[in-house]
Amino acid sequence: MPNTKELAHREELHKRFTGAHALCAGCGAPICVRTILNAIEEPVVVINATGCLEVATTRYPTTAWNIPWIHVAFENAAAVASGVETAYRVLRRRGKISQEIRFVAFGGDGGTYDIGLQALSGALERGHRFIYVCYDNEAYMNTGNQRSGATPFAAQTSTAPVGEKSFGKPQRRKDLTEIVAAHHIPYVAQASISDWYDLARKARKAAAVDGPAFLNVLSTCPRGWGHPTDQSVKIARLAVETCYWPLYEIIEGRWVLNYIPEEKLPITEWLRPQKRFAHLFEPQNRELLRQIQQQVDEEWEKLLRKCERYEAL
Amino acid sequence: MRVAAEQQLSLITGAEAAAHAMRQIDPDVVPVYPITPQTPIIETFAQFVSDGLCHTEIINVESEHSAMSAAVGASCAGSRVITATSSQGLALMLEIVYIAASMRCPIVIAVGSRALSGPINIHCDHSDSMMARDAGCVQLFAENAQEAYDLMLIAQRLAEDHRVLVPVMVMQDGFTITHSAEPVALLPDEVVKEFVGEYEPLYPLLDVDHPTTQGPFALPDYYFELKRQQADALDAARSVWLELQEEFAALSGRRYHGFFEAYKLSDAEYVLVILSSTAGTAKVTIDRLRRKGVKVGLLRPWVFRPFPAHEIAQALAGKRAVAVLDRAISLGSWGPLYLEISAALGRYLPKRPMLYNYIYGLGGRDTPPELLASVVTDMQNEVDPTVLRYLGLRE
Repeated sequence: MPNTKELAHREELHKRFTGAHALCAGCGAPICVRTILNAIEEPVVVINATGCLEVATTRYPTTAWNIPWIHVAFENAAAVASGVETAYRVLRRRGKISQEIRFVAFGGDGGTYDIGLQALSGALERGHRFIYVCYDNEAYMNTGNQRSGATPFAAQTSTAPVGEKSFGKPQRRKDLTEIVAAHHIPYVAQASISDWYDLARKARKAAAVDGPAFLNVLSTCPRGWGHPTDQSVKIARLAVETCYWPLYEIIEGRWVLNYIPEEKLPITEWLRPQKRFAHLFEPQNRELLRQIQQQVDEEWEKLLRKCERYEAL
Repeated sequence: MRVAAEQQLSLITGAEAAAHAMRQIDPDVVPVYPITPQTPIIETFAQFVSDGLCHTEIINVESEHSAMSAAVGASCAGSRVITATSSQGLALMLEIVYIAASMRCPIVIAVGSRALSGPINIHCDHSDSMMARDAGCVQLFAENAQEAYDLMLIAQRLAEDHRVLVPVMVMQDGFTITHSAEPVALLPDEVVKEFVGEYEPLYPLLDVDHPTTQGPFALPDYYFELKRQQADALDAARSVWLELQEEFAALSGRRYHGFFEAYKLSDAEYVLVILSSTAGTAKVTIDRLRRKGVKVGLLRPWVFRPFPAHEIAQALAGKRAVAVLDRAISLGSWGPLYLEISAALGRYLPKRPMLYNYIYGLGGRDTPPELLASVVTDMQNEVDPTVLRYLGLRE
């Protein structure tokens, strides 16, 4: 596989996703999209759920996409992808299309963990050959930081705000990667916008499998998370270094760990730079910090037990 | 009329008739989800596919919402798409039906008409299709299995005509038509194949050498103009429908004159306006009343969207009284068909006939000839037209 430099050079030659968009400075979504699209060799058709990525890249009559792109609604990207991919197979069989094409669906965590989960589950169960990418920024950011099923425990959001009687979201986030893995699809991976090469390699693996593939990519949102726009990649990296967001793959049902930090950083390193967690550093919330560290430790231990091998990228 | 094609009569249900139309059209992609009373359409069709009679890929999706979503994806991709549904299924689809129309997807939707919940009920009324009347689709209503077959074929051409390019819904009454066997004349497969032709998409998403952005975000500076284009597309459907009738009549010998059936209408003083299968009962009733010397006739629209307001107003000009029978109600107002006809008469006629509205048959309530005759008696007695009336209801 080409290295990061070569990938960057390739993007210069053909920009599949251009800078002609209105995504915020420091947004993780375009990093995720560019890395993935650039890693895949074959022509790509993109299916996009409603969300920041869709709204900010296709304000009619302009577009940031140099490749075929379709958006229908919020909760149905996987179902739309099912239709596009099925049409492709039929038209190819009938000799109306000759090229190899790959299909990549992008949805945020709202469109994937919550409102789009049924459509996603159906499409995975039916075995359509497509890659579903969740760019997970842990809340409904397009509508202003409302809590989602991906929002972490104790985070401040606009619909689970901190107050006299609330410390933020009282529930833990759901483990979507594991839910997807339960569909027995050939390739599932968790990645982060901080680790480009890892993400690019996972995109290539996803494009190579004959069936559904799923990538859950941690993606920053400076406005929702409350951090400086030039710190996005660093903060995403801290999620990996604290083992809050481990990098791993599930290949044909076998779990593979892709990164073990030399020194597992305390979770406070990931929480402290983000305003959505600022209240946790008040003295009365010390117990919450302890609980969060315990959750992260338990999840990491569980993951280590599930992984059959370690394979750094 | 000299008929071009030899036709065989088959004793089949309306659902089977729709499935045969689908087999002959041979669409590329059929995303479907089961629901009573539509299910025999997709079951019959699935058997045709399993027997290798068409090249279609069926997507057995996990909901009607996903059925319509996959239909939009497959249609935008550049393939020919048909789906089928009823009632709650159409309600669940509806968000995406609006988007299918705005993305100008020529998807044909076979509907086995069924009452909307609640309470849950599996029997026929038109509350499902009337709920979808503003979505931007052409809406056709079949009286019987033969029409259910014919209208599916015409719908395919109508939807895919480049002047139109919107979804077309073909309604047949749940159980009364979907599950009742009647003799249906099927055109030979090759005649249908030639009639529907190949779908030629304008901007297929899968043309990777000419990439398109489909379904973008339109703000106040463009949304309004895009909606106007949809209104123009439905207007264009009127003339395309008329052209297709001629072509279809030459093939089949079955002519869908204009936008509605006029049964003993020209000399009628009293008129019943009614959609779908109950028109059969209305014709029996009219024949009986005619024998008693009552000048009564029927106007039965095939096309509800685009609404043929001018043509219907002209056909009703000079009548003494008109009763519009609605198998749906716009709660808090009157029947949807009545509201259309009332507006049409007000717009086009200086002197309007007395106009009545009756709600009938909700949730599958039977409507025998005696009830329809009572409507004619009401008209003869010049009952108060400002009252919304319910037919066959226990008050």
